Amino acid sequence: MYSFTYQKPDSVTAARSAFEAADDASYLAGGMTMIPTMKQRLAMPSDLLDLSAIPDLKQITMADDHLVLGAMCSHHQVAMAPQVWGSIPALAALAGAIGDQAVRYRGTMGGSVANNDPAADYPGAVLALDATIITDRREIAADDFFTGMFETALDAGELITAIRFKKPRRAAYMKFHHPASRYAIAGVFVAEFRTGVRLAVTGAGPVVHRLDDFEQALQKSFSPEALEPLRVDEAALNHDHHASAAYRAHLVKLMAQRAVKAAGIAS
Amino acid sequence: MTYPIHLKVNGAPVSLSVEPNRLLVDLLRQTLGLTGTHVGCDTSQCGACLVQLDGQTVKSCTLLAVQADGCDLTTIEGLATGDDLHPMQAAFHEHHGLQCGFCTPGMIMAGIDIAKRHEAPDEATIRHELEGNLCRCTGYQNIVKAIDAGVRSLNQAKA
Ligand SMILES: Cc1cc2nc3c(=O)[nH]c(=O)nc-3n(C[C@H](O)[C@H](O)[C@H](O)COP(=O)(O)OP(=O)(O)OC[C@H]3O[C@@H](n4cnc5c(N)ncnc54)[C@H](O)[C@@H]3O)c2cc1C
Ligand code: FES
Ligand code: FES
Repeated sequence: MYSFTYQKPDSVTAARSAFEAADDASYLAGGMTMIPTMKQRLAMPSDLLDLSAIPDLKQITMADDHLVLGAMCSHHQVAMAPQVWGSIPALAALAGAIGDQAVRYRGTMGGSVANNDPAADYPGAVLALDATIITDRREIAADDFFTGMFETALDAGELITAIRFKKPRRAAYMKFHHPASRYAIAGVFVAEFRTGVRLAVTGAGPVVHRLDDFEQALQKSFSPEALEPLRVDEAALNHDHHASAAYRAHLVKLMAQRAVKAAGIAS
Repeated sequence: MTYPIHLKVNGAPVSLSVEPNRLLVDLLRQTLGLTGTHVGCDTSQCGACLVQLDGQTVKSCTLLAVQADGCDLTTIEGLATGDDLHPMQAAFHEHHGLQCGFCTPGMIMAGIDIAKRHEAPDEATIRHELEGNLCRCTGYQNIVKAIDAGVRSLNQAKA
């Protein structure tokens, strides 16, 4: 690992000024991606700004039927939180199935969403739940946030402070995980709102995305059978040594059907 | 540039200055001579490096020493009381939960963490909980038995 200057700002304002004052700073959340990346010398920030001393970022609150999770909420914290189980249980279950327990103690929602790994779980929930990403300077709709593989709408130095989730009528997440890393080879988050159904796919393609035809079919009938006649286009999906694009296409439909079934039972 | 850090390691206060890019596991093994914490993969996958940081079991190969500033740290060396093994260590001994022993410190830390979060886990739960701990030798059979026994004796002692 290259050397760097370590700083531990105690407020969002201090983090932002430290970022601006530095040559080429990076934020550090739980380090579950950042530290392995730095060990491989794939990242060499001049300054590492540790966000763990900003208490505001670890809060979980309910406001008018919305669940607001601070960016620094660990996966463990979300998986254990009664407010999350009480409002969006599918989200608590998703957090509880990320990686392994040691990763869940350290890894954070904000880090996962900012990183936008194509195989990460949280982006699926954020997109399907039509969540709003709150940063130090603005609010960004999930539909505008995930712009490409490991790319987001965040500007340089823009800090996610929290994410606001709408409470759906029912929702579920199903993933076919890689047996070693537990990352999604294909994951589907489905959410039904009064205003419509949203379905997001993670793991299968270069970036998390919605499936219009699946959403429309579920709008008419929220059942696994409604998806039966549909096919997932494999042309846009990833192909690697873990799974072929055709296999991923198959898994997406299967995970979608299982998620719909699970959401039906959960309601 | 080095940074002053103050932490508790196995109950004893430790103050020293560290480079920002020093991993916690290297601090433990190289600076403090606590070589019971192992490095199996160095890529956050195997769990051989697990230690307890403020009561949570974390991968010390994926943590900077500076991140442990102000924390209470327990390593495998800190579990036994004199010659009396910790109940989870005793269970590994009793049920032969190891062969080469390389993964064992991490397995024991994982087992203690399981006991904190599960009252009486069944075998499937224990196996699922061990998804972040790799063992190249045992086939896990006796590790699962040992953790089952260790969790029971820890939680009985609590009750
Ligand atoms: C063994 C292993 C298994 C894993 N399995 C899974 C899995 O099954 N599913 C899954 O989804 N993930 C998985 N992960 C990833 C894990 O979920 C982490 O949450 C994720 O790596 C992000 O880590 P972090 O929160 O510690 O952020 P860091 O690693 O500290 O940061 C990640 C990136 O986000 C930036 N960042 C962090 N916080 C903010 C913020 N608030 N605002 C703006 N930018 C920010 C950082 O600068 C950095 O670029 C796994 C990781 C490991 C090591
Ligand atoms: S050495 Fe830390 S997880 Fe393998
Ligand atoms: S006993 Fe050898 S690696 Fe587990």
